[in-house]
Amino acid sequence: MSATVNTEAAVEQEKNSPFGEVWQRFKKNRIAMASLILLVTLTLLAILAPLVTSYDPYVGQLPQALKGPSASHIMGTDELGRDIYTRIIYGARISLWVGLLAVAVALAAGTILGSLAAYYGRWADNLIMRFMDIMLAIPSLLLVIAFMMVLGKGIENAIIAIGIVSVPEYVRIVRSSVLAVKENDYVQAARAIGNRDLAIIARHILPNITTPVIVKATLGISTAILDTAALGFLGLGVQPPYAEWGTMLGVGRNCLAPHIVFFPGLAITVTVLAFNLLGDGLRDALDPRLKC
Amino acid sequence: MTRYIIKRILLLAPVLLGISMFVFLVLHLITTDPAALMQGQHATTAQIEALRRELGLNDPLYLQFGRFLWQLMHGDLGHSLMTKVPVTTEMLARFPATIELTFAALLIATVVGITVGVITAVKQYSMFDYLSMAGALAGVSMPIFWLGLMLIILFSGYLGWLPAAGRIDIGLEPARVTGLYLVDSLITGNWPAFISSLKHIILPAAALASYSMAIIARTTRSIMLEMVRQDYVRTARAKGLQESVVIYRHALRNAMIPVVTVIGLQMGSLLGGAVLTETVFSWPGIGGLLVNAILAADYPLVQGCVLLTATFFVLVKLLVDLLYAFLDPRILYS
Repeated sequence: MSATVNTEAAVEQEKNSPFGEVWQRFKKNRIAMASLILLVTLTLLAILAPLVTSYDPYVGQLPQALKGPSASHIMGTDELGRDIYTRIIYGARISLWVGLLAVAVALAAGTILGSLAAYYGRWADNLIMRFMDIMLAIPSLLLVIAFMMVLGKGIENAIIAIGIVSVPEYVRIVRSSVLAVKENDYVQAARAIGNRDLAIIARHILPNITTPVIVKATLGISTAILDTAALGFLGLGVQPPYAEWGTMLGVGRNCLAPHIVFFPGLAITVTVLAFNLLGDGLRDALDPRLKC
Repeated sequence: MTRYIIKRILLLAPVLLGISMFVFLVLHLITTDPAALMQGQHATTAQIEALRRELGLNDPLYLQFGRFLWQLMHGDLGHSLMTKVPVTTEMLARFPATIELTFAALLIATVVGITVGVITAVKQYSMFDYLSMAGALAGVSMPIFWLGLMLIILFSGYLGWLPAAGRIDIGLEPARVTGLYLVDSLITGNWPAFISSLKHIILPAAALASYSMAIIARTTRSIMLEMVRQDYVRTARAKGLQESVVIYRHALRNAMIPVVTVIGLQMGSLLGGAVLTETVFSWPGIGGLLVNAILAADYPLVQGCVLLTATFFVLVKLLVDLLYAFLDPRILYS
């Protein structure tokens, strides 16, 4: 008897805590949950890659080259006889890693610049926002490519380039959210008792704008993964023999074997789709008012 | 209205100046020595130094930027390091191909996107609605270069219906008027050229359009859903107008304003996506030129391509803003 009462109390408590409430709403969204499970599975596969597959992602068997899907190679083999399924799983490490880090770079810079622009207004706002306008005036993929030329090829530079180019979007969203929050009474109160500006921004303003920023960052991961793949495809990003999905597509497209092109592209599409759906689900769960 | 247009055109100047400065700085501040890049790995220090002096790379940055702007105003973007041809000549030869491709894609994306958006809104929760929105979701998640490759495999490889590469069959090129093959062949009445270039543009334009089409369809749908619940639409129905008149004349017309904004912004992703599409379909446009320029570290050419594309994008956005003024007389411009 007392056990039931305890669980009920626990459920009640979970519903009342802010995180529990969000989780309750999120759980009901089946599509978002499926996306979350898919992404968790993909992450686990990527981390445990050597345990999941017995093939080597870099060393192939040439006699096995360009074989279509079969029992031993479920996605077939590439031009060097490497197992494509294996390479896709190892490739998930790169795509997820680059996606997360690029968003982290953009988020950090965007939060700092966006809150400075909104909090101080006037010339700080003008300077920062005009600069962002200029960046937004250049088609983003072109800008990423230009940065890659300056920085040089490679994974780290791809992260930096993709991160920098998406900064304006985060600046905009942080700025408008801070503008909405900063006139609240509790911010005035914090100022009245003599807190310093930085403390007010960090402790009172930023915690209150997390919802739009989290949603934007989740959706941003999918853009970052697409951009990484695009760079790899053009030969400007992650270099062979690394198993990056876009690079696999770029190298494989000359082989005229459909399965070499099909599976890496499918991996990109499914992952990006999952992040998009997860972002939509998070938006609905975090802020039911935004639901349309 | 006229004052607004003049003001907007005058405002272009600082934006374009900002863009040139940004592109110039990015390529000059962070980059490793362009002279060393140009001379290759085996150059001696003296050779590199001589080239630095020749290019004026030892001057202070503001002087270099001033010189760059001065030349830019005279339509001089320097010479390509690969071919030694003036950058403007290289770009002008290839820019029409990119314009033709992006506008064809924009046309497909707009027509299909708006049509699908209207139907799905009118028939909300129907099978067509679910399938279209699933398709739109796939459209925003699919890399366009992958879609392009799959289209080539299907339509050129298996079915053999459409060509996989190039703008036109060799030898059929129409006389140059605008540089846009579809337009030129129509003007000169050159039907074989028109058919051939139409066949060549379908696949790349469709692949390039996919993302924007999805965005336009989604936007149109959500705005139309809002519009059909408005009082004036109910009034239009109540006075006995035909449903098609209600939807097209009343609801869609008012939905067009936000939709036009989205369409204008899509130009940016289309111009970026053109780089990928042109690579996949060997389309001889500016995107392919840019990729080659980057792989060869040909920085004057990269600078030119980025500047030209950005300028074009800014002009398109201005055009969209002006279009607004005609679409919605309620907007006040101060």
